[in-house]
Amino acid sequence: MSESAALRVALVGNPNCGKTALFNRLTGSRQKVANYAGVTVERKEGRFAAPSGRHIQVLDLPGAYSLAATSPDEAVTRDVCLGQFEGEARPDLLVCVVDATNLRLHLRFVLELQRLGLPMVLTLNMCDAAERRGIRIDVAKLQAGLGIPVVQTVAVRRNGAESLVQQLDSQMPLLPAPLPEGADLHAEVSRLLLSAVSVPERTARVDDAIDRVVLHPVFGLALLAVLMFMIFQAVFSWAAPLMDGIDVGAAWLGTAVGDAMPEGLLKSLIVDGIIAGLGGVIIFLPQIIILFLFILLLEESGYLPRAAFLLDRLMVGAGLTGRSFIPLLSSFACAIPGIMAARTIQDPRDRLATILVAPLMTCSARLPVYALLIAAFIPQQSVGVFNLQGLVLFALYAAGILSALLVAYVMKWTRRDHSEHSLLLELPSYRLPNPADIAIGLWERASIFLKRVGTIILALTIMLWFLSTFPAPPAGATGAAIDYSLAGQIGKWMQPLFDPIGFNWQICIALIPGLAAREVAVGALATVYALSSTEDDPSGSLIPIIADQWTLATALSLLAWYVYAPQCLATLATIRREGGGWRTVAIAAGYLFGLAYLASLITYQVTLALTAG
Amino acid sequence: MTLSELPRNIPAVVVGVQDVSAGDPIAVRLRELGFVAGEPVRITAHGPAGREPLLVQIGYTRFALRRAEAARVSVKLAEAQA
Ligand SMILES: Nc1nc2c(ncn2[C@@H]2O[C@H](COP(=O)(O)OP(=O)(O)O)[C@@H](O)[C@H]2O)c(=O)[nH]1
Ligand SMILES: [Mg+2]
Repeated sequence: MSESAALRVALVGNPNCGKTALFNRLTGSRQKVANYAGVTVERKEGRFAAPSGRHIQVLDLPGAYSLAATSPDEAVTRDVCLGQFEGEARPDLLVCVVDATNLRLHLRFVLELQRLGLPMVLTLNMCDAAERRGIRIDVAKLQAGLGIPVVQTVAVRRNGAESLVQQLDSQMPLLPAPLPEGADLHAEVSRLLLSAVSVPERTARVDDAIDRVVLHPVFGLALLAVLMFMIFQAVFSWAAPLMDGIDVGAAWLGTAVGDAMPEGLLKSLIVDGIIAGLGGVIIFLPQIIILFLFILLLEESGYLPRAAFLLDRLMVGAGLTGRSFIPLLSSFACAIPGIMAARTIQDPRDRLATILVAPLMTCSARLPVYALLIAAFIPQQSVGVFNLQGLVLFALYAAGILSALLVAYVMKWTRRDHSEHSLLLELPSYRLPNPADIAIGLWERASIFLKRVGTIILALTIMLWFLSTFPAPPAGATGAAIDYSLAGQIGKWMQPLFDPIGFNWQICIALIPGLAAREVAVGALATVYALSSTEDDPSGSLIPIIADQWTLATALSLLAWYVYAPQCLATLATIRREGGGWRTVAIAAGYLFGLAYLASLITYQVTLALTAG
Repeated sequence: MTLSELPRNIPAVVVGVQDVSAGDPIAVRLRELGFVAGEPVRITAHGPAGREPLLVQIGYTRFALRRAEAARVSVKLAEAQA
């Protein structure tokens, strides 16, 4: 069958009803699925072949409560449904997805969609959850009442979407008869529910019981604090043995390859450049995996919107909104999806504030930098029941969060904004995370990280090796070769600017490739120091070297720098796309650079004064 | 009485949603979310600071609303069921 003859269907429905899970089930993709509203913020396309051989193109859309969009993600869905989305033909068929445990809300949107004049299929998803709650749905009656085919699915179960595939593979359904303009959709939903659905209880009892604790004004906040704290503790204490293993492996590889190769440039490229540079970054894989394990568990459980609920007042006070919580939390992985998730915020000022402070959330690319410096300068000892290194890491993350609140507060104050901002946040049912899904999610994160190591980080590392090796030192030179290289010269040229905050020229060099990928700063330091060492121990790992050569003040200053770390080009590009224009980019880059410099200056000078005595 | 004044865990019924301005988008959205006359409603939790936001059970769904949003919804106490 030719491309153009494919049936084009779009998955439409309220947020969090399982559209993306269904999309993944149908097309075999692995788009992000999580238990809160606003995970999907753009359209995603996939295709599959039905048993008859018919090609079906599927469009996954952001969730929407209604076609009267109130936020940019809802506008995407509206535009696609109306055929007004640029570069996207109107779908041939709408697959309306509803959560079978939440029909009172979701069916109203289905009735609204019937007015679009497109053929429709209704998918009752989460039938497993409905069954557990004792909700009984008379599919035949519902089908007759709505005048469109109704199928039942469990998107998270293997073969759970077979009924939908069969429906799509059979004859195109007839156009639904819409309710007259001005009809009361809510009344119609009530009528349908009365005739076709029996619900023993309006909410799941477990949800109510858990919420009594989790949303409790005192216990709830305490639980949130303990939870966050535990995560950072685990990142350090669980990862240590794995990291030691990788470190030993990289050192062994460096020595083995070094011994097997003749002296010369090629050996230097491979041992000092690639193995030292990449090994220095890969070592942080275990910590990244552990961080994501917790993030994925929290996302899937349904806890995140609760945390947003608890923190809403605090965030409003600072000029943000509870809705900023999830975009900001996503920014702990990477600011780019975080900034895109700000699409779910209705109010444009809140959205802009969220976008501007998102880079202050410590993204996972900064974790290697923190971890390196903490391992080198903070002793591995316990403070009470806590691990000191974990405490420092927690403090760094906290510094980012507090700064974000402060910056947002200043922004709110400068625009003298007293107008109303809305919240309207849905709290989903709790769900037990499925271990297989979590494993797949972790695998995804690990492969994203390793892909970065194999592509951009590798490329930058090789480039840095070249810059640090050429031009070669003049005959009779005494210092290390890197002193005479281009990178050495650039580093020394930059140094006066960074001298007041304690950065030496090696750090200045490492800041440059960090613009493209922050992790590279670590690999770059590894390469620079491997090339600077005059003695013959190229595979020596970075931690003891910097512990030996840097002062505590320099290390803390670099840590403070990375709390603000304005140098991520991809983030700035995303801000331009999502936030509108170069002005916003200039503001973001400018204030981040200013804060980074200021924080490092204070940290450096204070530590210097304290340690001088 | 408005929803923002309703005490916790007291069953009530929605009377209607008032627009605070012409075509108030928040009021429109509240109606779409199911705040329509006759729907049973209940406040199940308050946020930790200033008793805000409110956790509202409407239909089969829980929504977090700020006081200003909840003040648009007028409610009356549900008749006690014998
Ligand atoms: N029990 C159960 N959970 C589901 C089902 N479909 C999706 N989920 C879960 O529902 C949540 C929302 O799914 P997602 O696909 O992100 O929803 P979307 O916002 O509509 O794209 C996730 O936690 C899924 O794991 C289902 O059929 N049964
Ligand atoms: Mg989705």
